[in-house]
Amino acid sequence: MSDKPLAPAIDGWHTMEVKPHLIGTQCNSCGSYFFPMNHAYCRNPACDSTEFSEVELSRTGHIWSYTNASYKPPEPFVAAEPFEPYSIAAVQLEKEQMVVLGQVIEGVSCDELKVGMPVELVLEQLHETDDDIKMTWKWKPVKA
Amino acid sequence: MSNEIAILGAGMHPWGKWGHNFVQYGVAAAREALADAGVPWQDVRFVSGGATVRCGYPGYVAGATFAQALGWQGAEVNTSYAACASGSQALAAARNKILSGECDVALVVGADTTPKGFLAPAGGYRPEDPDWVRFYLGITNPTYFALYARRRMDVYGDTLEDFAAVKVKNSKIGAHNPRARYKKQFTAEDVAASAMVADPLRLMDICATSDGGAALIVSSVEYARKIGKGDAPRVAAISTTTPTFASSVVEMPDIATDSAAAVGIDAHSFRSTLPLKAYEEAGIGPGDVDLAEVYDLSTALELDWIEDLQLAPRGEAAALLRAGDTAIGGKIPVNVSGGLACFGEAVPAQALAQVCELTWQLRGEAGDRQVQGAKVGITANQGLFGHGSSVIVKR
Repeated sequence: MSDKPLAPAIDGWHTMEVKPHLIGTQCNSCGSYFFPMNHAYCRNPACDSTEFSEVELSRTGHIWSYTNASYKPPEPFVAAEPFEPYSIAAVQLEKEQMVVLGQVIEGVSCDELKVGMPVELVLEQLHETDDDIKMTWKWKPVKA
Repeated sequence: MSNEIAILGAGMHPWGKWGHNFVQYGVAAAREALADAGVPWQDVRFVSGGATVRCGYPGYVAGATFAQALGWQGAEVNTSYAACASGSQALAAARNKILSGECDVALVVGADTTPKGFLAPAGGYRPEDPDWVRFYLGITNPTYFALYARRRMDVYGDTLEDFAAVKVKNSKIGAHNPRARYKKQFTAEDVAASAMVADPLRLMDICATSDGGAALIVSSVEYARKIGKGDAPRVAAISTTTPTFASSVVEMPDIATDSAAAVGIDAHSFRSTLPLKAYEEAGIGPGDVDLAEVYDLSTALELDWIEDLQLAPRGEAAALLRAGDTAIGGKIPVNVSGGLACFGEAVPAQALAQVCELTWQLRGEAGDRQVQGAKVGITANQGLFGHGSSVIVKR
């Protein structure tokens, strides 16, 4: 990696700490969580609240399912050349009772993943621009 | 039942990459449906089009575009956009017009041309658009199909051979469908030898994009009787319900599901809720169904749909497949048209194409594909942003 500064690929979606969290919101009335952040209107049909608190979501969960990208996705994805396949996981967050998609860290193939496997959230490079390195959240398998 | 309408005619332009404008496909399908119905174009009082968004201005006003191409004759017009359920919503609009007594006969038509390869979002930097976000993060359409497929393997024990068997089954029958794009009978070895796209799905597990058009002429039951077609197949139900909160399966293009953390909310999947309204509206149950046309965007997804339609208990669709029960001659044949595996996706046309197939099947006109004695058929499909549909046709 170059010595360019690190910047989030999408502003405000996750913290930039060593042990990062996704940033979501929680409805002040019914307690539903939202990711990405939702400040406008609660999507629970039984709730008409417009008051939300910003919360850091659980940074660990269990794999709901997983796959990989064997072909280079179209733009706006910025692929390294040559393209290297990467794994993707859908992860169930227990407290929030929601599933969040994301890439799996570099170098982990589907053969090493399993439904139910525990994972944690880390930051890794998504792509590099002339000015900085764009970081995003990725799921990393952890020992059970 | 009072909410039924008759299907007087069905038509399709053969699917494939023909290089024509989408209007040409739609007009060909409409003319075939009109001829099949034996109804003069001037008698059609409502034109309901499924919108296509990749063909510029005329595509956005598809109903009027088809009406103009067929020759303005003063009919009322409507255009529906609902992703892959566009055709069903256009059919629902026609049904409403007919049941309210505002017209006797309607044309429902959808047609599209599609680009090669991955469907991609609009350009720019647009993190407020979930479709843009997921592509930026490297999550394409096959990602979602593969997540569902891999979960089937790990949770239910489905195998790669099961998924390949769906392709083999659909291509075996679809190869003889004159309207299908792909006429090759694939083997399990062909599937296994094709390139991996999104583990565990290979190229032959995933449907292609296509050009195509499909159309229906529908009418009130009274009108059908008046022209001597009182025994025409009926649309007995149309469900275009949205998901209910909290939907537990991550759906394209979202990168997260609803949260089911709030007290008293049960998580469930969207797909399984779609046919519930259809069954209720038609006053029948899954046991009454003779055949199903479902959305095999991937081979594995056909197995999900079989369970979502309650044609097999959860996790047991592969057993049904292995027993040959979803093939022609089996207990509940699925995708005897050849499905999207043989047609490819032509978004505003495909929900109508499913109904066309059921129409021909219920009239006993499906030739090599005929499901003997078919009286009731069901369709199911799902697209972006909570759009999906399930239609029941019976005779």
